[in-house]
Amino acid sequence: MSHTGGRVPDYESERRLAELRQTASQTGRVEGKGVAVQGAPFPQASPADGYYGIPLLKEPQWKKEVPLYFFVGGAAGASAIIASSAGWLSADRDLVRKARWIAAAGSVLSAALLTKDLGVPSRFINMLRVFKPQSPMSMGAWTLTVFSASSVSAALANFLRAKELSAGPLILLENGSGMLAAASGLIMSSYTGVLIGATVVPVWNRHVGTLPMHFAASGLNSVVSILELMGHEDNRALNRLALAASAYEVAQGVAIESKRDRVNRPLQKGASGFIVRIGGLLSGPAPLALRIAYAVTGNKKLRRAAAVSSIAGSLLTRFGWMSAGKASAKDYALPLRPTYSKPEAPIKLHERQDRAIKTSA
Amino acid sequence: MTTTGFLTDSTLCIGCKACEVACKEWNQLPDDGYEWSGHSYDNTQALGHSTWRHVKFVEDTPEPAVGGNLGEQLPAWSFSSDVCKHCEVAGCLEACPTGAIVRMEFGAVFIQPDICNGCSYCVVSCPFGVVQRNEEDGRAFKCTFCSDRQRAGLKPACAQACPTESIRFGPLDELRDQAQDRLKKLAARGIEDAVIYDPTETSVEGIHALFLMRGDPRTYNLPQQPEVPTIYQKKGWTSAVIAAGSMLALALLSFLGESK
Repeated sequence: MSHTGGRVPDYESERRLAELRQTASQTGRVEGKGVAVQGAPFPQASPADGYYGIPLLKEPQWKKEVPLYFFVGGAAGASAIIASSAGWLSADRDLVRKARWIAAAGSVLSAALLTKDLGVPSRFINMLRVFKPQSPMSMGAWTLTVFSASSVSAALANFLRAKELSAGPLILLENGSGMLAAASGLIMSSYTGVLIGATVVPVWNRHVGTLPMHFAASGLNSVVSILELMGHEDNRALNRLALAASAYEVAQGVAIESKRDRVNRPLQKGASGFIVRIGGLLSGPAPLALRIAYAVTGNKKLRRAAAVSSIAGSLLTRFGWMSAGKASAKDYALPLRPTYSKPEAPIKLHERQDRAIKTSA
Repeated sequence: MTTTGFLTDSTLCIGCKACEVACKEWNQLPDDGYEWSGHSYDNTQALGHSTWRHVKFVEDTPEPAVGGNLGEQLPAWSFSSDVCKHCEVAGCLEACPTGAIVRMEFGAVFIQPDICNGCSYCVVSCPFGVVQRNEEDGRAFKCTFCSDRQRAGLKPACAQACPTESIRFGPLDELRDQAQDRLKKLAARGIEDAVIYDPTETSVEGIHALFLMRGDPRTYNLPQQPEVPTIYQKKGWTSAVIAAGSMLALALLSFLGESK
């Protein structure tokens, strides 16, 4: 009786080996514990897999500053709209003041973030070399420039007015630059959807028709929530705006989830899908439910919770879309399709081998 | 000036990579490191900021039949030197916010290195995945069509170094005719699966670097329907206008109830 270790073959072990053998001969590959079959066997160049499955498109090279800018710029833009609307129609001067300051601070931070992401930050000024309507990036740079100048001057005029200095010209300055800030703010909060939508990245250009609205709703949702947390949790107008924005985000989430195909996959699966989904839940259903509960019970804690949820959701949404874009550019199969925006059955990597086996049989 | 172009004929390519080396040497491009890709003899893998010519190695090895016999299908090995397509309507050029990317007098799409600020918007606007930002340098780079050499009356470095005339350089119109002639010659020899890659029917409206190869161009990572992303803008800006209008209306309506 030897004790060299090892196992004694039994019925179960031999059955398993037979099973492996059968799977291998049927499918050409075997999934198993500790064996990563992803990418194995080595892909061959083929019309379906392209050149060895190497992505045809380049991954977006934007870093974390860009989704952060989408969040800050979107919120700042919406803030300028609230400032002007409230300044015009509401008696709440404190709300106007805070909204003006958020817009101004946000615009400066936006410019800083955008500059930091540039490969050559000292050349930010080159953005203003040309005015190019066919480039959303150029339109964005000009919008941000106008928005920064006008929102900062509106905030300063507002500040000086509060000090009761020569009111006449200051009112004119605040209203004039405030209007300009609101007008450019409308573009600020929505154009980023055009910016990423009008690219070759499949998951982005698929949604180019809704991304600007999605981002605008997200920006409005976040800044209304910020203002609420800054002491305006009794303002009914803000609550109405947040309700509308959250309701829109629910519809957006349903639209994203209802179509399941390879183009939409980064919005639903993997790390990017996780961020998009959490972001969507925190922007849409969660704050909507909390605000309805607030309307019923009058409990301010619920409204504050809704505000916090909306802010987090808005931030995650932009990061989610950015990572979904990166995942989408890496999907080698999408740009090889005749019209990749149309839903199709997913192509399997080993489809070719299946065909080969069938031919030889 | 005449619009010049490349005609890269895969049926003449011997996979020597002289074009890659010539391009790197003339343009003084950094190396890409030494990594084994496992994909045939190709360790470069794709075009990028430091790779402006890239030889693709496409192996077609049929499944052996019972007894190891390959049957009717024979193994094939083909090579094709990829390059920036210098599109008629170029996504990178349309997208560039600084005006750094321009059209040269002989039709090339050129990134002016003294203007580019590295915003990397061109990277997501190229339907062929050619342009890339060099993260160390900060700017975006791609094939210049050897604009410097062309201005001096010389061929681009890759075409100059090619030993088999697989890379032809000349007036674009003539190259289109030459490609048709070559197709006929190949067909006469019994090679009937050769195709010319020149997507004129899409929004790219044609390219200045034509390709001739056997089989499906997608095997060489050439998209069937390359589109310049400018075509998505109308839908995008419409959505932005709707978003702006609704937001303004909502804001005004919400505060209307809270009158002074």
